[in-house]
This record gives sequence, C-alpha cells and structure tokens, in this order.
Amino acid sequence: MEVTAGWYLALGAVLFVIGAGGMLLRRNALVMFMSIELMLNAVNLTFVAIGRHVGDLNGQVAVFFVMVVAAAEVVVGLAIMISVFRRRASASVDDLAVLKG
Amino acid sequence: MVDYIWIVIALPLAGAVFLHFFGSRLREPIAGVIATSTVGLSFFYALIAAADFFSGTGEAETVHLFDWIPTLGANAELLWDPLSAVMTLTVTGVGALIHLYSIGYMHGDPRFGRFFTGLNFFTASMLILVLADNFGALFVGWELVGLSSYLLISFWFQKPSAAAAGKKAFIVNRIGDVGFLIGLMLILANFNTLTYGTVLADPARFVTAGTATAITLLLLLGAAGKSAQIPLYFWLPDAMEGPTPVSALIHAATMVTAGVYMVARTASLFELSGFAAATVATVGAFTALFAATIALMQRDIKRVLAFSTISQLGYMFLAVGTGAYVAGIFHLFTHAFFKALLFLGSGSVIHAMGDEQDMAKMGGLAKVMPVTHLTMVIGWLAIIGIPPLAGFWSKDEILALAFGAGGWFTFLWVLGIITALLTAVYMTRWMYLTFWGEARWDDGVDPHESPAVMTLPLVGLAVGSAAFGLLNTPFHGPFKPAFEHFLEPSFEAIEMAHLPSGSTPWFLALISIAAAAGGALFAYRRYQGAEAFDTAPVAAKRTGVWRWVTNGYYVDDIIGNLLVLPGKLVAAWTAFVLDTEIIDGSVRAIGGGVRRISGWLRPVQTGFVRNYAVVTFAGVVGLLVWFVSQGAG
Repeated sequence: MEVTAGWYLALGAVLFVIGAGGMLLRRNALVMFMSIELMLNAVNLTFVAIGRHVGDLNGQVAVFFVMVVAAAEVVVGLAIMISVFRRRASASVDDLAVLKG
Repeated sequence: MVDYIWIVIALPLAGAVFLHFFGSRLREPIAGVIATSTVGLSFFYALIAAADFFSGTGEAETVHLFDWIPTLGANAELLWDPLSAVMTLTVTGVGALIHLYSIGYMHGDPRFGRFFTGLNFFTASMLILVLADNFGALFVGWELVGLSSYLLISFWFQKPSAAAAGKKAFIVNRIGDVGFLIGLMLILANFNTLTYGTVLADPARFVTAGTATAITLLLLLGAAGKSAQIPLYFWLPDAMEGPTPVSALIHAATMVTAGVYMVARTASLFELSGFAAATVATVGAFTALFAATIALMQRDIKRVLAFSTISQLGYMFLAVGTGAYVAGIFHLFTHAFFKALLFLGSGSVIHAMGDEQDMAKMGGLAKVMPVTHLTMVIGWLAIIGIPPLAGFWSKDEILALAFGAGGWFTFLWVLGIITALLTAVYMTRWMYLTFWGEARWDDGVDPHESPAVMTLPLVGLAVGSAAFGLLNTPFHGPFKPAFEHFLEPSFEAIEMAHLPSGSTPWFLALISIAAAAGGALFAYRRYQGAEAFDTAPVAAKRTGVWRWVTNGYYVDDIIGNLLVLPGKLVAAWTAFVLDTEIIDGSVRAIGGGVRRISGWLRPVQTGFVRNYAVVTFAGVVGLLVWFVSQGAG
C-alpha cells in the first residue's frame, strides 16, 4: 500500500481535531498549551504534505515561520503561566475568571 | 497739591490694607489710632488742597492716574472741583471724628482691629465715589461702599439679625444698582463715553429730552437704593443692627448721601428733563413725610434716627429735584453733622445703659450724662430747625425754594412743612423718653457718662451742628452765602431755583419755625403727662392707623410676602424639584438605562477561556463554510 499525501492530510486533520478538543475541554493551562502546540504542528504537517504534493517549497517556508512564532509564543505563554501559578498555586484556567462580566 | 489728591484716597486705603494684615496683632487702641490718623490726615490734605476754592480763585482740575478702560472713557481719573471738595471734606471730617469715637465705643470688642479695617475701607471707597471723574469710576466707588456697608452692618455676624440685615441692605441696593447700571449703559450708548466732562458739559447736543428722562429715571432708581428713598428705603432701618459708629458714618452722614451727590453731579442731565426732576422732588417729599410718620412710633432709640435719616434724605431729594442743588448739598453737609451727632449720642446712651436700645427703659439720663445730654440738645434743636442752628438754615432754604418753584412744588412744600412738624414731634419724643422724665431703667443698670474719647467727637460735631448753618444764610453782610459762593463753579451752567421775592421767605421761615416749635411743645406736653411710660409692647396695644404706623405700614411684611416669599418658593422649587428631580433625574435615568442594557449583554463575558475558544472555533467554521459555498457557487 502506497503512502500518499492523503494519508498525511488525514493524520494532520486527526491531530488538529485532537488538539482542538483538548483546547476546548481541558482546564489545565499546561495541557491547553500542549493542545495548541498539537494544532500548530498538525497545520505544519499539512503544509509540508501539500508542498511536497504540488512540488512547491513555499509550504516548507511557511512551516519555518510557524515554528519561530510558536517558539516565541511558548516563551511568553509559559512566563505568564509561571507568574499566575506563583500567585495562585493553581494552573486551572477556570480560576482566572476575574474579567467575568 | 491737587496733582497728588489721590493721597486723600490712598491714606485710608493703606490703613485698611495694613490693618487687614496686622490689625488683630496690635494692642487695642493702636489700630484705632492708626485708622483715625489716616482719615484725619486725609481731611487736612483735602482742606489744604481746597484752599484755592475758599479764596475763590480755584478751578476744577482733573488728575489722570492711569488708564483703565480708555475706550469707554472710564479711566482712573479724579475730579477736584468745589462739589467733590465739599463731599471729601464732609466724609473725612465727620469720618475722622467717628473713627475717634469708635476707639471708645468698640473698647473690648474681640475684633477691634477688624472693625477699623472696615471703617477705613469704607472711607476710601466713599472717597473714590465722590472724587471720580467718570461714571465708571463712580460705579466702582458706588459698589465698594455697598460692599463695605454690608461688611459693617453684619460686623457682629454671630447675631442672626445682623447677618440678615447686611444681606437685606446688599440685595435692596443691588436692585437699585440694576437701574443705575442700565442708566450708565444708556449714557454710553448716547454719548460714547462715560467721562463727566463730555457727558455733563452740554448733554442737549447728544440726547433728546425723552432719552434724558429715561437715563435720569434709571439713575434715580440707583440713587433711591443707595439713599434709602421710596421705593427702596426699607433696608436702612434694619441696617441699625451694625455697631452705632457704622450707623453714624455710613447710614446717616456719608454713604446714604451718595444718591443726592449723584443727582447733584448729573444736574445738567436732570435739567433736560423736567419730568425726571419733578419725580426726584416728589419721591423726596413723599419719602420725607412717610418716614417721619413711622419715626413717631418707634421704640428703638436707633430706629427713630434711622427713619429720621430717611426723612432728611427726602428733603435733600426734594431740593435737588427742585433745582436747589446748593441747598440740597448744604443740607447734606449740615445733616452729616447733626445726624452723626445724634447717632453717636445714642451710641453713648446705649453704651451707658449696657447695650439697651429700648427707649421705654431709659429716661432721666440728663442728670447722669451731662455732656451727652447737652450735645444732644444741640443736635435736637438743629434737626427740628430752630434758628440759628444748622438744620434751620439748610432745611428752610429747601422749603423756601420749593415754595418759590410754584405749581406742583407748592404741594411738595406743604408736605415738607408737615414733615418739619412731625420731625419736631418725634425728635422731642426721642429726647424726652431718653434724657428727660423719670428714670425707667432695668434693675442693675448703672448709667455713666462715656469716656472723653467718645464725648470729644460729640462736642466737635455739636459745634459743627450749631455753627455751620451760618455758612449759608440768606442775609448779606458778614454771613454772605459763603457756601453757595463756594459751590458756584460746580453749577455754573445750571439754572438754579430762586427764592421767592420780597418778604415771602420771611413768612415761610416763620411758618416752619412755628411748625417746629409747635411740634416740639406738643410732644413735650404729651410725654410729660405720661410719666409712667407703658413698657408693654406698644404694637400690641395700638389700634387702627397707629398700629399701621407702628409697624411701618407693614411694608416689610408686604414685601416679604409679595416679593421675597415667591422668590423663595421659586428658589425652593428649582433647588428641590428642578435640580434634584428633573436635571439630576434625567442624568440618573440615562445612566440607569445604559446600566440595564449592558446588564443584558454582561453574561456573554463568562470569564472561561474555553467558551471564548468555542465561539472563535464556531466563527472560523462559519467563515470556512461561507468561503467554500462562495467558491462552489
């Protein structure tokens, strides 16, 4: 059985849905972070697969951009989480509802 | 000398500023001594500056100090002519004696220094008023004397009645000032300047008789407010709540004469309008009679004098309205002496009686207060018009000139004669109840003669009241009408009223002397028989017309119910309905509405990140569906 681009796209879609589900359902901020990473990497996989499929390097270029931005985002996000954790000794996002209307 | 005439104003003003900052730190008599000497020095400076007028060689001079509002012709300029000289000498001369007297009268007052700040400030303001060379500066002085009058009436502001009296005086004056200010605007509109020189030199070139009537009637309203004439007289009796020297200086001798001075100053305008001049005379004559009747029934020693002042100011208005400007200013001058004397004497009595002002509790004071009694006899004879004291010459000249004017003025002369009779009655009653008859003192009251610092000014004023009438007698010879001669340059272009010809003035004089003597005799006999003066409230016993008179014809009640009460109701409505309910209410309604609408939207903001993510996710899916469907289409 030959592994075609379709397989990669399917895997990307599955990973994205898992990530989105984790994002929406979990309350632990760290797990939500990991879910976001999962979604980003699912999209990266899709980019690479499509790029290979159509013979265009731009797909891989886009991936590098995403990885750089994701790295920066992780740094900021983890810093926020650490400072929140220090203050509240909890990583549950439901506790952070002070902006509730 | 004249170039530096501003020193006359600057001295009391500097005194006021100095005492304002340091007065409370000085030991008791020092503040009074400083205040008295500034006014005294002003008097001597003015006396020297007026030397040329005495010798008859002086000319009116204008002194430019600095530009104020040049486009309106309103600059800080002083006018030094015989009229302003007479006013300046009266204000500073009588004022200095009253300052001196206050040192004794205000002894022991915790705000001794502050009192002299007020007196000095008033003197400076009054001098600005009389020395101004244009209506703008006149108005500044006009308002400043109103302010200082307010401050001094309510000097004992811890007494609610004194605080209320100050407010009343200020507000009633404000009503007159509205008319005065509109009059000034009319002058500005027609003459394009406020300078006396342009406005008063030949007003017929600028305005018609109708415009002149409008202007002068508006000026009269201002004068009626300041000089306590009908219809704005009713603040003056209440102003007696102030310390007695204030009543003497401001509410008898000087400030209340500002209206008379202003009419005399604007004589050329009043000359254009016979109607306005006749109105001035009529207001004066009726006020004189009206106030004299009320004075008949007062029990407060100072209120009698207050109504008497209103009545005498009425004579002055009668004079300037008749065109007898010199006679009006002359009466202003003599009245300043004998009325200040009477007020200071009543202050001496109040002082001796331990702050008692009810004449029903006085009597028999002649024995214990000989100096006060003697000076009061002179003041009494002067005001009722017994020759040769001052009041006779000035009052009789007014009456004779009114008679000479004929027509309507003859009727006003009749009112004047009746007033002279009533004046004799109420002043004799005043003397009898206070100084003569049996003592009706309260237990524990031990009257004593006042200290020299108070009796000395009394003697000074008594000399003036006795002698200064001779400055302007109708006889030729040694007592040639010096006062008239002195004032002549100020009224050169004005047509003056003339005395009736022949022997008529003699008959007129006899009539007024008879009225004065008859009134005095009647009152003396009336109160001689009533030794046991009834100390029960008089107003409760009186019936019919006497009850009306005792209560001042209920004018205060009428004004209170007719004007003040509706005003208070409107104010209460705006404060408690318009402001708190309607204006604040609409603001609150807008705020409440926004709050309620936002209340409906608030639940959207749950504070749970997951919810936001779901919405974002749904949005992305929605957009995707839309794009795909568009692409497919």
